[in-house]
This record gives sequence, structure tokens and C-alpha cells, in this order.
Amino acid sequence: MNGHHRQAMSRWHVGNRQVAQIISLAVVAVVMIPLVYLIIGAVSAGQDGIDYLLRARTLRIVGNSIGLTAAVTLCATAIAIPFAWLTSRSDLPGRRAWLVLGLAAMVIPSYLTAVTYAEAFGPKGILQSLLEPFGVDRLPGIKGFPGAALTLTVVTFPYIVLPVHAALLHCDRSLEEAGQSLGLNRWGVFRQIILPQMRPALSTGMLMTALYCLSDFGAVAVMHFNAFTRAIFIQAESFRMDKASVLALLLVGMTLVLLLMQSRLQLRGRHYRIGTGASRPQEILHLGKWKIPALIFCAVVVFIGVVIPLLVLFSWLAGHRITDPVQAPLTLLMRNTVGVSAASALAVSIAAFPLALLAARGSSRFNRWLVHLAYAGNVLPGIVIALALVMFASRNFLSFYQTLPLLIIGYAIRYLPFSIGATESAFAQIDPRFEEAARSLGLSAWAALLRITAPLARGGILAGLALVFLNVMKELPTTLILRPIGFRTFATRIWSAYDEAFLSSIALPGLVLILVSAFALAIILRREKAVD
Amino acid sequence: MPKQRSILFALVFALSCFILPPVMADDVLTVYSGRNESLVGPILAQFTEDTSIETQTLYGGTSAVANQILTEGENSPADVFIAQDGGALGALAAAGMLHKLPDATIARVANPAFVSPDGVWTGLSGRARVFVYNPEALEEQGLELPNSILDLTGEEWSGLVGWAPTNASFVANVTAMRVLLGEEETADWLAGMIANGVNAYPKNTPIVQATIDGEVVGGLVNHYYLFRFLAEDPDISATLHFFPGGDPGALINVAGAAILKSTDQPNEALALVDYLLSDTAQEYFAQSTYEYPLVATVEPPVDLPALADIETPEIDLSDLADLQGALEMIEESGALD
Repeated sequence: MNGHHRQAMSRWHVGNRQVAQIISLAVVAVVMIPLVYLIIGAVSAGQDGIDYLLRARTLRIVGNSIGLTAAVTLCATAIAIPFAWLTSRSDLPGRRAWLVLGLAAMVIPSYLTAVTYAEAFGPKGILQSLLEPFGVDRLPGIKGFPGAALTLTVVTFPYIVLPVHAALLHCDRSLEEAGQSLGLNRWGVFRQIILPQMRPALSTGMLMTALYCLSDFGAVAVMHFNAFTRAIFIQAESFRMDKASVLALLLVGMTLVLLLMQSRLQLRGRHYRIGTGASRPQEILHLGKWKIPALIFCAVVVFIGVVIPLLVLFSWLAGHRITDPVQAPLTLLMRNTVGVSAASALAVSIAAFPLALLAARGSSRFNRWLVHLAYAGNVLPGIVIALALVMFASRNFLSFYQTLPLLIIGYAIRYLPFSIGATESAFAQIDPRFEEAARSLGLSAWAALLRITAPLARGGILAGLALVFLNVMKELPTTLILRPIGFRTFATRIWSAYDEAFLSSIALPGLVLILVSAFALAIILRREKAVD
Repeated sequence: MPKQRSILFALVFALSCFILPPVMADDVLTVYSGRNESLVGPILAQFTEDTSIETQTLYGGTSAVANQILTEGENSPADVFIAQDGGALGALAAAGMLHKLPDATIARVANPAFVSPDGVWTGLSGRARVFVYNPEALEEQGLELPNSILDLTGEEWSGLVGWAPTNASFVANVTAMRVLLGEEETADWLAGMIANGVNAYPKNTPIVQATIDGEVVGGLVNHYYLFRFLAEDPDISATLHFFPGGDPGALINVAGAAILKSTDQPNEALALVDYLLSDTAQEYFAQSTYEYPLVATVEPPVDLPALADIETPEIDLSDLADLQGALEMIEESGALD
């Protein structure tokens, strides 16, 4: 903590701090419920649990998850770096449009992308019908590892593009010029000057990708690839809670190791400007004869990531196979989905507020620990939280069992870190002296907080709100397991229609979900641009 | 700034439109259904319309739902359990969780083989396990129809068969094989199928779809799923094959229902079970879902062989209660990996 923060802390009203600590403590207590119940569940399995843990099949699940995560992170990086570079530093025609189209892959939930790929690249799918004239009458299909890896690569590469693109725009041009004057060619400049500068952004993006892979349920379930989340779901769905808990704890452990590894890497090196003078806008590289290959590259990425899923969905919309006897009016799905997402986003924002205050202004060891613990959602995949909360409610808090509040608590635990992060950075940008001035003019500590600080942090709070909203809306496994009886959202509707092969029933909810998600993402991206 | 505020207002508005549904409403009959919503949803809606008894339904796989009820025990919110096969009902009966049904209810079912011996569950509709296949694909691959489910481990079927290993009807079929063939042979068959590259699907409908598309030559399903597709398009290339000679692959099973002992609405629960055995509901099963009705007063679907003409293996449905054993065998075989 630097001097400025310590000073801020001393000025921060003691009463406020204690209230913030008490509320934070309550929030953290709720956040800890899943871990506690997982441990209880796993311990109650006893020797059976240990046997289950050590059998070859469980170890294969570990291998599957690690292999998938590694492959996807590498592939997504390999696509994201050139994509980010082309859309930030080259004279590629329509750079901005390509960037937006590429990022659009983010708004399609993984299970929806997977379902469309299973159809498009299936043994008798669209790809096969295109190859028919060349004598290909059946393809091997992409279920299993290839399908899961393809789907996850496509939905996660934007998570690397976003930070890397921003980093490339902010690289220090004078360093590159210095490199050139010392005799480096373009490739040398990229490797020795640009790459090191974007390493923090790259490692953030890669970490997000890896975390996404470990926690994603939709893609591996649709593609029948036996990664952790699918194995846990199969056990949890049948209420074999002790086995599910053993698997879930193992997954949490792996996620934790990944996070620790990354924070080690992050500590090394310094990547910011130290020279005097203003940093100047970036030089735009002329692609020349590379323009066509670059355009083809971007087109292929956008085609696979966005166009194919949309095409398949529209084709299902146009021509149905069999009529689905289940009636699920779109307005009801919309109301439930938007309602539960908005309620969760609000709940998360409120819970995150005191924690963000502590993170930005409290510097004691106790405060730091509270904030660290509140970030538990980062290592708890949705399926794991759902499993633990079912044990919690069905064993000890029956009045919560199969209720909406429990579902919202599940989402809140998962997405609290998003909101704390966004709100904290907004608080950090506010000079505590504003609050001080308001106090000296006679406002109470609370009034100053609510009337001065909160409005100033509004942008960050709103960005966190939108981010949580977007993620809850697309969320599948927690929703499937924790929803009240008869409660349907777009995600559960798509899932049950897929389960019974009512493909035409997937199309409309799928397309509407994509549209609403795109709207939420636009709010988030606009905010990021404003911060730039 | 005003824009941000209006977005915030929009969010709050969206939230206020969203009225929390009655949490755990006590006057609503809670049904746990191991059968797909597309099969029982319409008749449950009809029930509410005819009797004004509101229902809420949890849908899941039959084995999963049975496990859920076993775990919830006394606390289960479920009043009625609808299952895709007799085995899951038998498992709950064995745990002593089912309410005895009145004789008048049980007596509706013509064949006593299709109700529980101690009267705690009743069959609702009959179904046969079949091999659905695509005749064009069969010819293309130069294959002949299999005489037994056991033939599908043959090399010529490599990669060309579909199954739904988590589906309750399949689990019940495996249970029947364990009873008829013994542990070892059943486990060998499962391993042989997997080694033969069998294609796994989440449920029966996707198997029929894959068969029609030629993704697989055929698959192990219940007989009725095909008819949904035929109703939309009579020209599709898929048809049913009943394994001959009392083969374990030609098991006749029932979908059934039971009332939980822990129910707080025994009258409404019984009203639902009686309704599902009424002529209205039985005709629905025969005509809309193409299953065999179990009451004498309703005619079976016309396009199917009579239930009595199917060469089903000799087995007592109440012997199929070892759900957990079959599930574990399937899991150990690696079919879910």
C-alpha cells in the first residue's frame, strides 16, 4: 500500500469502516458456504471417497480437464494475438468492425455454440453436405475432445483479444523506435519490445481463458467430453453427493493452483513507461501484400465464431423437424431470465459495495483477508456452487430448498468478484478529499459516502452490474440444479430442447438470448472505452 | 451521466416486472417426473384444466429423480412420482417410501404384470425396447438386421449404433440383462459396445434423429419416439425392429406412477394417478405419444404389433428394482466417460 492510501485510510471515518467490515463479514460468511459443504460432503465419503479419488477413471478426468484447458488456452492465444494486433496496429480495412465482430463470439453461450457445431460438423451435417460432391458421404463428427476444444477456443479467444488489444494501443512507441534504431527488424521489435510489454495483458487474458475452460459445463456436456464439470454434473444430478463433492474439491484445488501460478508470474518485471515526455499514438503498419491473407484470417475467425452459430440457429428457425409439444412462451422466458439476472446483478452490486470500499481504502491485514475470501467465486465453478448449495439447503435449510433466493445466492457467490473488481477500481480513482470536503461542510459520514463517493463511482458500479447481468443470463449449470420447480429461463429452455432434439425450439430462445447479451456487452464495452 | 441513470432505471424496472413466483406454494401438487416434459406436460396441463388442481413439475432423468427422492427422504417436496420404468418405482418401493394405492385404482390396469405386486405403484403405459434403424443406411453398409441385442458388439456394427446410457429405459434394459444373462455377460456386453465405438446421446429422441439423418445406422430406443417423427413426415427413412425369440433387447416395460408416503396432499395425488388411468389420459398415451394403453377400454395405436405378439423375455418387472446396481455397472463400464 502506498502513502496515499494510508492517508486515505486515516481520513476514512471509523464508523463507516466498521459498518463496511461488518457487512463484508456477513457477505464473506455466505460466500464460504459452498466450500464448507464441499468439505463436509467429501469428508463424509470417507475411505470410499479416497478410493474414488485414486481410481484410474478419476485420474483420467483430471488429465482430460488439464489437456483441454492447455489446448484451448494455446489455440485461443494463437488466434487472439494476431487478431488483436491486426485490429489495433495495422491498416486492415474495417479494423473496428472486425474487432466488434470478433468479440461478438463472447455473447453466444458455450452450450449454444457447441450445439450448433455438433450439427454443422456432425457426421451428416452441413460441412458433410458441402463435401458430398467430393465423395465424402460421412464425417467422423466432432464429439469429444475436438468439439469441446473448438467450441471453447472460439468462445474464449475474445477474453484474450480484449486486454491484448488495449495493451497494444498503449505500448510506448519510443521504445519501438529505440529498438529499430538499434538495428532490430520488425519481427525483432515485435518479439523483444512489443511482446514483453503486452505480457501482463496476455497473461490476464490467458488466465481468464483457462479459468473459463475449467469451469465451463455447456461445451463439454454437449460434446460428451468427460471433463470435471460434466463428471460432477452426472454425479450431482443423481444426488450422489459424496462422489460429486470429491470431484468438485479436486477441481477447486486445480483452479487454485492455476491462480497461484499466475500471480507468481505476474509479480515479475515492470512494463510501464518511466521516461519523461508524453507517449505518442501508435504507428500504423502497412500490411501491403499481407492485406489479403490478413482479411481472410479475420473472416475465417468471424465466420466460425459468429456466422456458423447464427446460420445454424436461423436454419432451425426456418425449417422445423418435429413439433415440440412443450409450450414455453417467449415472454415468460424473457421475464424470468431478465428478472433473475437483474435481481442477481443488483444483489451482487450491493454485496460488493462494502467489500470494494475495503479493497480500495482499507489496508489492514483483516480487510485484505476479507476481500481475498470474497473472491472465492473465481475458484468455484457454477456446477460446484450449485452442488454445495443443494447439500446446504436439502440437509440443513429446507425452507431455502428449490427457491429463487437460493438460486440468486448461487449466482451472487459466483459473480461477486466481477462486481468487486469493477467497483474497486472506480473507488480507487476517487480522491478521498472530496468526501472530506463534504464532511467539513456538515454532511454525516454516511451522507458523504452516498451523496459524493457513490455517484462518482457510478460508472464502475454500473459496469460491474452489466457484467454480472450478462453472465447470469447465459449461466447454465447453476440454473439447472438450483432453479425452483417449473422455473424456466432461456438457458434451461435451450438445454431441455437440446436434450430432446427439438432443434427448432432452441432457435428462438437462442437468438433472443444472443441479442440481449449483445446489448449488455455493448454497455460494458462503451464503459471501457470511456475509461480509456 | 443521464444515460447511465436511465439504464439503471431500466434495470430496476425490469426487476419490478419480475414478481417472485409463490415460493413453495403449499396448495400446488408437486410432481417429480422422470419422463420428458414433451410426453407428460400436455396431459398434466389437461389434468389441471379438468380438475382445477394446480401442479408444478420437476423434470429429470428417471434414475436421477428417483435418487433425488431417496436423498430428500421424508423432506421431499414431491407428492407424485412419474417414472419412465418400473425399476425406479421398485427402488422407491423397496425403500418403503411409497403410499399404498386403492384396489379400485390398481384394478384399472388389465394385466397384473404391469402393477406393483404389493400395490404401491401402477403402470400407466406400455413400451417395448426396439432397434430403430435406417433401411437405406443398413443397405449402404451391407448389413443385416441383428437377431439379438448381443450381436451389436460385432465388428460390422463398429461406430454405427447409438444408445442413451443415462436414460432410464436403457438402465432398466441393462437391469433386465443382469437378471437374464448374469453380471459377467452383461458387463462384457457393455464393454463390447464401448469398444465398438457406440455413439452416446443424451436421450432417445436424438438417437432417432441421428438414425434418420444417417449419423448412425440404428439405435436402442423405446418404440414410440419414431412415431413423432413419422407424424411430421411419413417419408422419413427409419423403421422399427423387434429383436425376436425373447431376446433381452425386446423387453416390455411400463411407465408408471406412485404416491409418496410423505405427501401432504394424498387426495389430490390420488386424483392425479386416477386421472392418468382414465380413458382420457390412456387415449392421450395411445394417440399422442404412441404408447400402449394399459386399460382394457382403450385401443392401442394401430401401426404397432399387439403387445401380446411381441416376443418379450420372461421377466418379472418387480425384479428390476436394483437400479443402483445397474447404474454402477454402466458407470464402471466407462459408458459415461
